[in-house]
Amino acid sequence: MLYREAGDFKTSYVADSQTFPIKFDRYGYYFLLGFAFLVVPLIINDYWANAIVVPFLIYTIAALGLNILIGYCGQLSLGTGAFMAVGAYASYKMMTGFPDLSIIFVIILAGFVTAAVGVLFGLPSLRIKGFYLAVATLAAQFFLIWLFTRQAWFYNYSPTGMISAPTREVFGVPVTGPRASAVSMYMICLCFLVSLAWLARNLTRGTLGRQWMAIRDMDIAAEIIGVNPLMAKLTAFAVSSFFIGISGALLFTVYLGAAEAGEAFGIDKSFLVLFMVIIGGLGSIFGAFAGAAFLIVGPVLLKLLLVNTLGWPTDLAAHLEIMIIGALILVFLILEPHGIAALWRTIKQKLRLWPFPY
Amino acid sequence: MRDTATDEGYVTADGRKIGGVAMEMKNITLRFGGVVAIKDISFDIRWGEVRAIIGPNGAGKSSMLNVISGFYHPQEGEVIYKGYRRPKMRPYQVARTGIARTFQNIALFEGMSVLDNIMTGRLHHMSANLFQQAFWLGKASREEHENREKVEKIIDFLEIQHIRKTPVARLPYGLKKRVELARALAAEPSILLLDEPMAGMNVEEKEDMSRFILDVNDEFGTTTVLIEHDMGVVMDLSDRVVVMDYGKKIGDGTPDEVRNNEEVIKAYLGVAHD
Repeated sequence: MLYREAGDFKTSYVADSQTFPIKFDRYGYYFLLGFAFLVVPLIINDYWANAIVVPFLIYTIAALGLNILIGYCGQLSLGTGAFMAVGAYASYKMMTGFPDLSIIFVIILAGFVTAAVGVLFGLPSLRIKGFYLAVATLAAQFFLIWLFTRQAWFYNYSPTGMISAPTREVFGVPVTGPRASAVSMYMICLCFLVSLAWLARNLTRGTLGRQWMAIRDMDIAAEIIGVNPLMAKLTAFAVSSFFIGISGALLFTVYLGAAEAGEAFGIDKSFLVLFMVIIGGLGSIFGAFAGAAFLIVGPVLLKLLLVNTLGWPTDLAAHLEIMIIGALILVFLILEPHGIAALWRTIKQKLRLWPFPY
Repeated sequence: MRDTATDEGYVTADGRKIGGVAMEMKNITLRFGGVVAIKDISFDIRWGEVRAIIGPNGAGKSSMLNVISGFYHPQEGEVIYKGYRRPKMRPYQVARTGIARTFQNIALFEGMSVLDNIMTGRLHHMSANLFQQAFWLGKASREEHENREKVEKIIDFLEIQHIRKTPVARLPYGLKKRVELARALAAEPSILLLDEPMAGMNVEEKEDMSRFILDVNDEFGTTTVLIEHDMGVVMDLSDRVVVMDYGKKIGDGTPDEVRNNEEVIKAYLGVAHD
C-alpha cells in the first residue's frame, strides 16, 4: 500500500528518469545511506568489520566493475583476480615510491593504472566473443600473476615475495597498516563504494551505458545504428578495470595489509567475483550488492548460526557451510536465472499491486 | 521516365516536393566468393521520395540495402552520396552520415526498454564525454533530457506511449517493428532504409505501418528506401521502384511503368519456355 507510484505524478523528464522513481524506494535509499554513514560506525567492531563488512564493501566494488563488463557490455572476462592484483601492486609501488602521496589518490591512481592494463587485455575483444574471449582474458590472469610473483621489481625485491602496506593516514586517522581501526577501514571503503556505485549508475543510465547494452544485445545491429564497437568495448574494459583495480587496491592496503599475488589474487578470486555478478544479477547495480552480500555475508552468517547458535563443531560447520552455499546457489539459479536482482524486481512488481492484485 | 541527371526535382500529384539526387549507386557489383549477389546495378535516390526495391527472393535486395548502409563493401562501383563519392567506411561511420535503417528480422536490443532502444538511435546527437557522464555533469544530463524530448515526439508520432518503459522482449511482433522504426527515426536520418517493414504483419498492421511510412515522409520529408514483397503496398507507397532479379536490375521507374514492364512480369509470373 505504501509501495506504489499512483498519485506520484512526474511532471518533467528529469523527474521521470530519476534512479528511484517510487517514493518508498527513495526514502529507503536515503535511510540506508544514513544508516551506513551514521549508525554503523558507532556499532561496528573488529570482528564484524573484518569478517563481513569490509570484505563485502570491497568485493561489491569488484562486482560492480565486472558487472559493467559482463552484465552491461556482454564481454566475458576471467581476469578479475589479476586486475585486482594490478590495483594492489600499483598502489604498493606508489605507496613505497611516493610516501607523501595521499592514500586516496594512491588508490584512485591505482584504478587508472588498472584501467590502462584492462584496455590492453581488452583488445582481443574486438575480434573474439563469448567463451573464446573468456579464455583470452584467462591469459591475463596467468600472465599478470606470473609477472607479480616472478619480477622482483614489483614487490621491491623483498625476500619473502610479499607486499605489505605501510601505515597511511587520512585527516590524521590511520586507514592502512596495523594501527588502522575498524571504523576507519569501514569508512574509507564505504566512501569509495558509494561514490563508485554512483558513478556506475551515471555511466549506465546515459548514452554510454546504452551503447554498452546495445553491443551486448546485438553487436551487428549496434554497429549499423552508429555504435563504434571499438570505443564501446574498450571503454567498458577501462571502466570495469578501474573499479576492479580500486577494489584490489583497497583489498590489499586496507583489508589484507600484506599480500602475495598468487595467493591473494588467484583464479579463485576471478570466479568468486564472477559468481557474485551472476547470482546477483547481470546488468544491475543492485545485483552487484546482492551478489557480494550473498557470497560474503552468507557463509559468515551460516557459520554464526551453526557454530554459535546451534553449537556444532567448527569443522563440521565449515563443510556444511560450503554445501549449503552451493545448494543455495543452485536453488537461486533455478528459481530465477537472472539473479537476485530479478527476484527483487518481481517482488517489487507484486508489492506495487499489493494488497489488491486484480 | 525522368532524366535525373539534369532536373532539380518536381512536385508529385499529391503535392509533395521531390528534390534532386541524394544518392547515386553507380555500377555496383557485389560478390561473395564465386557468388555474384549484385551485378552492375545503377540507380539513384532523390531527396524526399519513397523509393522501393522489389524482386523475387534471393534477388539481392537486402544485399543492396547492406551496401547502402555500409555493411557490405561492393567490389566494383561507387556510391555517390550528397554529391561526393563515399569512401570505404565502417557501418557506424555511415550511420553518422545520416543513414538509418531497420532490419528484416527485427534487430532491437532485447534487454533494454523501448525508451532506451529509441534513445540509442540518438547516440550521435549526444557528445558528452566519459567523465561528464560519470559525474552526470551539466552536458551529460542536459543532453539526456533534450534528447528525451525529441524521442518523446517520435513516441507520440508512432503512438507507442503506452509501452515506453516496457522491455522490448515482452512486445508482440507488430509493435517491435514499430519500435524499430522509431529507433531509426530517432536518428533524424537523411535517408531511411526499411528492410521489409511489413513482413509477417496482418492487414491492419500493414495499414498502420503504411500510414506511418507516408506520414514520416510527409512530416519530416525523410527520403525513404524500402524493400517489400507486398505489391499492393509497394505500388501505393512508392514514387519510384527498382526491380531486381538474380542480382540484376530489370526495371526502374514509377509504379505504373514497372507494372507494365515485360521483364518484370516475366520475373514475377514466370514465362512459358518453348
